[in-house]
Amino acid sequence: MDVVELSRLQFASTTIFHFFFVPVSIGLALLLAIMETLYVRRGDETYKRMAQFWGKLFLINFAIGVVTGILQEFQFGMNWSDYSRFVGDVFGAPLAVEALLAFFLESTFIGIWIFGWDKVSKKIHLLSIWMVALGTTMSAFWILTANSFMQHPVGFAITNGRAEMNDFWALVTNGQALVEFPHTVFGAFATGAFLVLGISAWKLLRRQDTDFFLRSFKIAALVAVSSSILVAFAGHWQAQYLVHTQPMKMAAAEGLWGESGDPAAWTVVASIDPENKVSKHELQIPYLLSFLSYSRFSGEVKGMNELQAEYEQQYGPGDYIPPVRTTFWSFRIMVAAGMAMIFIGLYASWLIWRQKLAGMGRWFLRLCFAGLLLPPIANTAGWCMTEFGRQPWTVFGLMTTADSVSPGVTAGEVLFSLIVFNGIYAALAAVLVYLFVKVIQKGPYASAEEEADSGPLPPRRPGKEAPHAHA
Amino acid sequence: MLTLSDLWFILIGVLFVGFFFLEGFDFGVGMQSQLLARTESERRVMINSIGPFWDANEVWLLTGAGAMFAAFPHWYATLFSGFYVPFVLALLGLILRGVAFEFRGKAQSLGWKRTWDAAILTGSFLPPFLLAVVFACFIRGLPIDADMEMHASLLGDIVNGYTVLAGIAVVLLCNVHGLLFTALRVTGELQERARRRARLLLLPTGVALAGLVAATAFETDIFDVRGPLLYALCAVGAAALALAWRLAGAGRDGWAFGMTGLTLAAMVSSVFVGLFPRVMVSSLDAAYSMTVAGSASGAYSLKVMTIVALTLLPFVLGYQAWSYFIFHKRLHAKDHLEY
Repeated sequence: MDVVELSRLQFASTTIFHFFFVPVSIGLALLLAIMETLYVRRGDETYKRMAQFWGKLFLINFAIGVVTGILQEFQFGMNWSDYSRFVGDVFGAPLAVEALLAFFLESTFIGIWIFGWDKVSKKIHLLSIWMVALGTTMSAFWILTANSFMQHPVGFAITNGRAEMNDFWALVTNGQALVEFPHTVFGAFATGAFLVLGISAWKLLRRQDTDFFLRSFKIAALVAVSSSILVAFAGHWQAQYLVHTQPMKMAAAEGLWGESGDPAAWTVVASIDPENKVSKHELQIPYLLSFLSYSRFSGEVKGMNELQAEYEQQYGPGDYIPPVRTTFWSFRIMVAAGMAMIFIGLYASWLIWRQKLAGMGRWFLRLCFAGLLLPPIANTAGWCMTEFGRQPWTVFGLMTTADSVSPGVTAGEVLFSLIVFNGIYAALAAVLVYLFVKVIQKGPYASAEEEADSGPLPPRRPGKEAPHAHA
Repeated sequence: MLTLSDLWFILIGVLFVGFFFLEGFDFGVGMQSQLLARTESERRVMINSIGPFWDANEVWLLTGAGAMFAAFPHWYATLFSGFYVPFVLALLGLILRGVAFEFRGKAQSLGWKRTWDAAILTGSFLPPFLLAVVFACFIRGLPIDADMEMHASLLGDIVNGYTVLAGIAVVLLCNVHGLLFTALRVTGELQERARRRARLLLLPTGVALAGLVAATAFETDIFDVRGPLLYALCAVGAAALALAWRLAGAGRDGWAFGMTGLTLAAMVSSVFVGLFPRVMVSSLDAAYSMTVAGSASGAYSLKVMTIVALTLLPFVLGYQAWSYFIFHKRLHAKDHLEY
């Protein structure tokens, strides 16, 4: 592999890994804030326990999200220095604002939240978790503003061979950012919610602390259903925007080589053959692609062959077709996972509405437990579609990936860092799973031995036994 | 006349001064938690004393890098790609250390604790050492060509006697700074020991810093370029270091801690003062040295960033200072410890 491929592999692997944790942080921060708000408003100690128990998982996750994020801030310069030179003027600004506005907020208030339970008033403590939630969400906004510039560059002019910002407002109101941000953030809320839902289901299957986990389940279910429906709507807006700004990505996501015809049918599955530029064995739903693209049941969608010819005219000779199979299938995996999330969310809400939560079937609890994997699958697939589908560009229409790489960095150096980072990340993933299982097994009412000998514990709810309070 | 790019150069300097002042002590506490603490309980008290702060302290580095990217894309690009391997190692340190603080207390086996203790020690040593090496390279000069590409050899251009001396001096100073922070935040015998160790380490630190200043006069041109201002900064640094020694002896931990912070600030400022109007010195040809004006973003971008930064900074400084106030009380072993 050459330095471009190695650098892409490193960026992809480290970013995908980072993005397992970020949506959990964003989503769980919101859930913790809701739980602690319930505690402060109702004075019910169970909600405090909830914030503390889910908070433990949140912090383990948050730590990995933070440290893997540092690499993100550095690796544009490390591996993509020509890209950084070309777009730093525009792309660097949202990154700097992200650090100044979001990173300081979340890192300072997370410190107050962790260490401040008995140092600040209830209200200040509650404020601190809301500030963390706000910080993580704002962080998403600014990094997505930066990413949106790569998808649909706006607010700049090319001066002396570099992209220079000339309209900050255009950058932050980029249509791409306005659809990408809600789609990503609702996806993140869903990720946190499905994690709480899934772990609660697992504990309910074992009939441990049922009152605590039924209540957690309920809060998570409501966030899960609303965010997974909203993420679908936002995705629909995003698809419509995509047809206008990056039709090639849309065509690749559909495996559409020739013209779609009018109205356009949506391909459910197909066998893609990029060598011969055909898709075979297509199973299609009529009208649906027109609807996805234009919100009406008519309208044609351009195919890759036609777009390739257009781009050759516009940008010169070259291959402008992204990896079609990856784009096609990642889109379908995302959609399928999203549909499954909506189903689980709706069924859980129905159970809540009919007050049947306590007697819900074990099959559904098992499904909910497995369901905690759905959002990470959907998040990863969605980003694969977005980023693979933009190839061969880093900044659409302006700069290719091959031109973006650091000219002075050798393949050997990138191989070294690739091994270092992937090795350490694999170890971190193993540690996270180990610690998650440990915390979950102990449950919310178990006291860790180090807590037992180092200070007063929060009062236990009367009559509640802690069945697994051991060291 | 101060241009916007000059202002951003100063601002980035301020961010790095803040970073070394703040993260400097938590690097030091990280290292000393492994070297000074004699019992598990002492070690935990030390780690917990930086618990609420280290993450926000690290954001000063992230903001510095982000500001560099936005305001000086060429500086950011040359720096991070040119020092590829050092940054891989520094990142490795920062990654290990961050998770180690969070994970260490989550299980009780000896092997588990030892693993994360090793991570805290390495992770608190590598970043300040390597960043000091990088800053020393800035002023010593690097093989930067006419296209602002840097092709430095790891041994020789980056790692050499001068830069290693800078690394050692900064690591020592961070240790003293961290020990004085510990003296400020704990009580009893541990406090006494931290103070004594701080005074003990101040001597080799002073020697290393004096050696570094002397070597800088030979290895770089910064005293020729900005003589008077640099002599003043050296005097401030030396006086602060001497005062730190006396104040620590008198039990004035807070003031002593402020003095080692001032020494760190004087050091980082010297680099930025000595560089200006350059951002990185080329050893190939003075004409290839990268400059503030030549590396900067466009006027529009800088203007927007200035407005954003000047609006946000007061709030950031305000709530960060407030968080230090919340956790100003000394820690005891019998306190509830999160980490």
